[in-house]
Amino acid sequence: MIWPVDLIIMVLVMICGIGAIMVRDLLGAGILFGAYSFMMCLLWAIMGAVDVAFTEASVGAGVSTVFLVAAVFRTSRRTKD
Amino acid sequence: MESLLANFLAKYNYWAYIGLVMIGMYAMIAKRNLVKKIIGMNIVQTAVILFYVSIAAKKGKTIPIIAHGHEDTGHHAVQALDYISPLPHVLMLTAIVVSVATLGVALALAIKVYRQYGTLEEDEIAMRIEEQ
Repeated sequence: MIWPVDLIIMVLVMICGIGAIMVRDLLGAGILFGAYSFMMCLLWAIMGAVDVAFTEASVGAGVSTVFLVAAVFRTSRRTKD
Repeated sequence: MESLLANFLAKYNYWAYIGLVMIGMYAMIAKRNLVKKIIGMNIVQTAVILFYVSIAAKKGKTIPIIAHGHEDTGHHAVQALDYISPLPHVLMLTAIVVSVATLGVALALAIKVYRQYGTLEEDEIAMRIEEQ
């Protein structure tokens, strides 16, 4: 574990998580959630959990983002909060 | 006092875990949009996975693949202390797959709600239900 890289990626995870919740556009929220998943995957690769990291990169970041974007296109992008 | 502060800072992974669970819980409780609630639920799930992977991590140790495992020259004693524990990793692989399954079911239900009521906002859904 290289702690400066670890700390920077952890701050990026926090920023992406807060951004995914705060943004007033559901498509943007879905894309930011994908970025959050990729940052989390980098964090796990640093911590030595490589199998968890590539499962998260393919399933968590890839398939989850596709699901969210498909759901947003079938419903509405509008959100009040 | 300084040792206490150092002790807090040394375990910053757990503080990140606490912060992410709070972010997800806030989204699940305070946000009115159903998709925002679902994103909050997924953030809580990844935070729990971060907690378990942090338990397994060891400073300065290598990933759980036996070095010199392909050579048949003599037998190497495998010291479990030299490797990161793989057991929480295997458990969390299952948790990632379950989390994407729950995301799919939750989004399918949200699409059904949108087709029924024409909105994703919780207060507007409550108003439509009262009108009927």
